[in-house]
Amino acid sequence: MNPAERVKQVPPSGIRRFFELAEEMDDIISLGVGEPDFSAPWAAREAAITSLEQGKTSYTANRGRRELRTKIATYADDRYGLEYDPDEEILVTAGASEAIDLAFRALVDPGDTVAVAQPGFVSYVPKAIFAGAEPLRVQTRRADEFRLTREVLEAHGAGDADVLMYCYPNNPTGATMTGEELSEVAEFAREHDLTVFSDEIYSELSYEHEHTSIATLPGMRERTVVINGFSKAFAMTGLRLGYALAPPETAQAMNRIHQYTMMSAPTTAQYAGIEALDSCADALAEMRSQYDRRRKLLLSRFEEMGLDCVRARGAFYAFPACPDDDAEQFAEELLHKERVAVVPGTAFGDGGAGHLRASYATGLADLKEALDRIERFI
Amino acid sequence: MNSREEVLGVLRENARQSVEDIARQTDMDPVEVERIIAELEDDEVLRGYKAVVDWDQLEHERVRAAVELNVTLDRETSYNDVAERIAKFPMVESLHLVSGDYDFLMEVEGASMSRVSTFISEKVAPVPEITQTVTHYVMESYKEQGIVFGDGEDDDRLSISP
Repeated sequence: MNPAERVKQVPPSGIRRFFELAEEMDDIISLGVGEPDFSAPWAAREAAITSLEQGKTSYTANRGRRELRTKIATYADDRYGLEYDPDEEILVTAGASEAIDLAFRALVDPGDTVAVAQPGFVSYVPKAIFAGAEPLRVQTRRADEFRLTREVLEAHGAGDADVLMYCYPNNPTGATMTGEELSEVAEFAREHDLTVFSDEIYSELSYEHEHTSIATLPGMRERTVVINGFSKAFAMTGLRLGYALAPPETAQAMNRIHQYTMMSAPTTAQYAGIEALDSCADALAEMRSQYDRRRKLLLSRFEEMGLDCVRARGAFYAFPACPDDDAEQFAEELLHKERVAVVPGTAFGDGGAGHLRASYATGLADLKEALDRIERFI
Repeated sequence: MNSREEVLGVLRENARQSVEDIARQTDMDPVEVERIIAELEDDEVLRGYKAVVDWDQLEHERVRAAVELNVTLDRETSYNDVAERIAKFPMVESLHLVSGDYDFLMEVEGASMSRVSTFISEKVAPVPEITQTVTHYVMESYKEQGIVFGDGEDDDRLSISP
């Protein structure tokens, strides 16, 4: 059997080789992890357990349990001013990852161009390719603190694209965008009739200003798919629960694919999600404040040891410039000599060259130890 | 959050940190952190820094008991008067006035069960206002000051993930 052409077009994940190196070693401290170090809040886990005890192991409605969609609608409105109808405009998915894939497959035709902001999450370009689209990599600039700007969009010819895909707060740079900064992007999208896929999975982890969704800006709701989920905010990555907010026809098109491929998001996870939105706001706030303290500690230490790092304002990543030219080699040596894992920036696109992603989703004691080792190493 | 609350938050999480590390976590100057801590101590907001000990992990056992106390008051005696009198005993670890079936909830800690029993019968029960004591010896501790005892949850995340 031969893999299909579109699969051959996508190289294996750049993070893979480094992962294998790190896995072979004992007692490393990893700042290379892209998920929370917390477990899901106990109330959410207990709700999942209870649902299992009650035998809730069937499929749910394709779009997700109505109770969950209703709670998502209330949450999105209260928290971000995103008004979406739980019956027509909200689709519960197996992680935000599925929602992104559905958006691509539902809205992109073969040959369409998808502008993908980079450095960015590793899966956007492959997903665009799997959907038959041409990816256009738009490299944000360090000088702009890795924010998406009109200038950068124009310089890359993103106006000719059909879709713009980005994620703020950003993995891997920790960059965030304010409403004002986003309005420049919104204006560009309207002018060039772009559809926007806005991955807002880290929306709860914006430390210096309130998160704004581009869909709340004038004329954007009808051209935006908002993607979010429970993984990062509620530390539920393994439960696979996400959702998309989109106008009715788009949500319907995405659901068409979802109903034939996934049927419904994991039922147990949906019960956990209902409880998370119901009662876990305090747990979320506590996790956020711990990330925030670690973030400040990390940025201060980087500054003190002379690592040049753009101020990380969101998610749980910082993206310092590598003191050596070759970030991959630097990361490898750091791993071997000091047993600290960080991820070379190129894993997140060419624009990440010369940088390292350091995740602070690691307990404070380990984080301090890792920083001591990095300082010693450089 | 104001800076006092921020410093308190960090200390409540882990009080055994250098002033420099607290400063880094709160985006403050170490001198400022030092000043705030001194102020919190002066204002008697910060009353102390103590270790959370899982005694089960040690050879010598400590005996702890939760004791319910009922009191009768008169015109001259208030809850505060009774509380002050009891709280002065070093064996009393904590003392709270509570709602419900009894008046005070007192936690006592001692080297042996007989020490604790003797203390309650000879020092606490004879206090004139105290009409009844009910002693519950602690058999096992599972969580203390927000810290769950036991093996904890392993970090089984992949060491590198996107």
